[in-house]
Amino acid sequence: MSGFDSDLQEVADRVVAQAAPGEQVEAYVTRGGETEVRVYEGEVEHFVSAQSEGIGIRIIADGRTGFAYAGTLDETAIGEVLAEARDNVQFGTVDEWAALAEPDGVAITEQTLWNEELAAHPTDAKIELAKELEQLTSAADQRVRVDESNYADAHGESAVASTNGIRMSGRENGCYVSVSTLADEGEGEDAETQTGFGFSVGRSPAEFDLARAAREAADRATRLLGATQPKSKRLTVVLDPFVTAQFLGVISSTMNGEAVVKGRSIFRDRIGDDVAAPVVTFVDDPTNPKAYTSTDVDGEGLAARRNVLIDNGVLRQFVHNSYSARRAGTSSTGNATRGGFAGTPGVGCLALSLVPGERSQEELIADVSDGLLVQQMQGLHSGVNPISGDFSTGAAGMLIENGTVGRPVREITIASTLQRMLLDIVEVGGDIDWLPMNSAGMSLVISDVTMSGA
Amino acid sequence: MILIVIAQDVLERVLAGAMGAGAEFAEVYAEDKRSTSAGLDDGKVEQVTSGRDRGAGIRVVAGDTTGFAYTSDLSEHGLDVAASAAAAAAKGGEGGVRTVALTESDPHRPNQITHDPDSIAKATKVELLERIDEAARSFGPEIVQVSAGYGDSRKSVQIANSDGVLTTDDVVRTLLRVSAVADGDAGMQTGFQSMGHTVGFEIFDTVDVEEMAREAARQAISKLQARPSPSGAMPVVIKHGTGGVLFHEACGHGLEADLIAKGASVYADKVGKQVASSLVTLVDDGTMPGEWGTQGFDDEGHITQRNVLIEDGMLSDYMWDFLRARKEGRPQSGNGRRQSYQHLPMVRMTNTFVLDGPDDPDDIIASTPNGVYVAKLGGGSVNTATGDFVFGMTEAYLIENGKITEPLRDGNLIGNGPSVLQDIDMLANDFSMGSPGTCGKDGQGVPVGDGQPTLRVKSLTIGGTSS
Repeated sequence: MSGFDSDLQEVADRVVAQAAPGEQVEAYVTRGGETEVRVYEGEVEHFVSAQSEGIGIRIIADGRTGFAYAGTLDETAIGEVLAEARDNVQFGTVDEWAALAEPDGVAITEQTLWNEELAAHPTDAKIELAKELEQLTSAADQRVRVDESNYADAHGESAVASTNGIRMSGRENGCYVSVSTLADEGEGEDAETQTGFGFSVGRSPAEFDLARAAREAADRATRLLGATQPKSKRLTVVLDPFVTAQFLGVISSTMNGEAVVKGRSIFRDRIGDDVAAPVVTFVDDPTNPKAYTSTDVDGEGLAARRNVLIDNGVLRQFVHNSYSARRAGTSSTGNATRGGFAGTPGVGCLALSLVPGERSQEELIADVSDGLLVQQMQGLHSGVNPISGDFSTGAAGMLIENGTVGRPVREITIASTLQRMLLDIVEVGGDIDWLPMNSAGMSLVISDVTMSGA
Repeated sequence: MILIVIAQDVLERVLAGAMGAGAEFAEVYAEDKRSTSAGLDDGKVEQVTSGRDRGAGIRVVAGDTTGFAYTSDLSEHGLDVAASAAAAAAKGGEGGVRTVALTESDPHRPNQITHDPDSIAKATKVELLERIDEAARSFGPEIVQVSAGYGDSRKSVQIANSDGVLTTDDVVRTLLRVSAVADGDAGMQTGFQSMGHTVGFEIFDTVDVEEMAREAARQAISKLQARPSPSGAMPVVIKHGTGGVLFHEACGHGLEADLIAKGASVYADKVGKQVASSLVTLVDDGTMPGEWGTQGFDDEGHITQRNVLIEDGMLSDYMWDFLRARKEGRPQSGNGRRQSYQHLPMVRMTNTFVLDGPDDPDDIIASTPNGVYVAKLGGGSVNTATGDFVFGMTEAYLIENGKITEPLRDGNLIGNGPSVLQDIDMLANDFSMGSPGTCGKDGQGVPVGDGQPTLRVKSLTIGGTSS
């Protein structure tokens, strides 16, 4: 978030100026606001309008790290945070690699992260967007009810400063609409309900596609009506773009430099090996303005950059922040993450994607004789262990028989291992979709996955 | 010790302003939370963190619309600004003058705190982590990595509303977790243990932290020789104190009145009907001393209570918050909860558990010819509208000929809530509470507890790869 002269920079600078001899000090300061409107049956169910701010201060001295934060920028509170962080230093273990990031001279790829049109968008128009989305969705299919229709936006500015010469401030805003649906069929004992969701994101409301959000929310729910539990078998799965994006998020945790240096990645000794099928080129590129999570700097204030993790199936590199890079004997890849003022930087991918293939989902499905089109995954947090590689997740979708999408199925799991799934990727779809998460999605075909059912 | 107090006359004026002419309800929720956490990984104490979160959320209800705003400025001016924003958002407030008179409720403190975390030296907290690291690593040469975390917090809460309610609460939490990685010929495996209570540092007089560490190490090592989990439907026995998440997902969420009101739960219109095996009595109890989901008052100022949700298989009631109870003209049940002052309250569980049944736990295994024994569950999730839920097993074994045999690799189980509740065919008499959980709903996480005796489900689908 560079290129905006925030008054928060002075707040951060003033903290850093209080560094004692031998101390490395970093201050990260944020201020932001959010609007959230939820509409139900044509009325506003709730409207949230809020402002927040905070500061996090990290101090490293003699290889020991201390940290403190507060959800306020009150001067007295900032003084207490600095004192607490300093007090906490003595309890850290000496770590020869502990240090703040050094400016590395990598040029910033400028991004347009602030939209004036959104900043000036009137409140009543935001409410109308949520109402319109609800109407469009209800009208899409007579079996569909709307559970909730939402408009949300957020804006924030932040500044970071450190005794190592990092000094960066910026601001960004963004908005989205989302709708969740219920589709009903049958009466009495045969009554059945399925659920769906749709969304649209933008730098401003002008970029929303409400019609598509409504159509997808209705389709996702109605397509699963009549779903039953099939028999267990091994088959080929075609992941819907939204599901692929979730899968890529899981894969990325094995490429995390911190997991690698601490011995927790299944790929820790595999640089240069064929870890995926040759059709797989896996990229983290926050400099791509199409990515929802595109950014110009990472959580430590270094330039965000394009990193190719897997190149035509070959594992090329991991992602690092300055700490994991120092331990691994390499340089930061600009992948420091920061979840707000209340935490210190971690390591993570910022904007993932596979390099897309050529063909549509329909064309991919036409080549599958016995398969499953996975529309939803459930329980990724509980059934996937990125340290052992075991992959097992709840799923719902449609069976594929001789190249055609057939009956809906539910109450199933799909299972394999992360290692095998990467090697079993048959084809990457050309239908890339920039989703509101830190990964793009596209249809993905993976063979030899176990579907468990009855 | 109460850290924040907004003076009663200030609260009364802020609420009166928020009510204005047209609102039906206004509320101030103020908190001041101090927390300390420490993390150890890779043999090093990485850092100690001190945190301070302080602010107020103001809610104004007019008709079916709720306006909400929050601020970190607890001065009368700061509160007034937030109150105006909330009133404007509800489009009901602003304009007239109303008066609000508050009466402070008697304190309700389910927990007696003897060792306030603030009174314990940070060095003493850090030492727990070092002991854990040492105990886990010395358990076996297969242990190659250990991480551990300690956290405590003390939160003062003040809740006042236009119905005249004024409550204060003082919630202390202490949490410890350890995770171990073992390495073997077939790759790495993980083990995890955690404990969390709504009391202070005195919990370590009774909790053996070295034993927790050894247990995490044992789990990881036991899975090094594990075979892939089976694929398909079979009987599943779940060890006591580990499977509460099953009920949390299979029916707990579906009994939340906000989901019922929108027809988004398979348990709508089922009160008075048989929804589970007659063995099952399910309780949600926010008053259990020391448990992770316990509070004196819920986050709307309503005293917490013990609610029987399912009795002998019959659905007796849902869980209620202020808004949903008001709409139905019935009492709240103490289930209005929120993550922090920055969040709106909604219907949430507290400590949710199944009472003891008649069976001997050993008999349950002995009478199961073939199936899976789950000794530790991970997280889970549910789609309340369909009832389909999943949960992870992080320590499981095959049952062959009525005996626990080989260890299994991690995987998910999937089931449908209403069918699984009916399919519970054995329930033991060895109830215990489980590990502390964080329940996520609509983007908010709140601390919850769960518990259950050993039980058997006739048929659940195991999401493994082995046929």
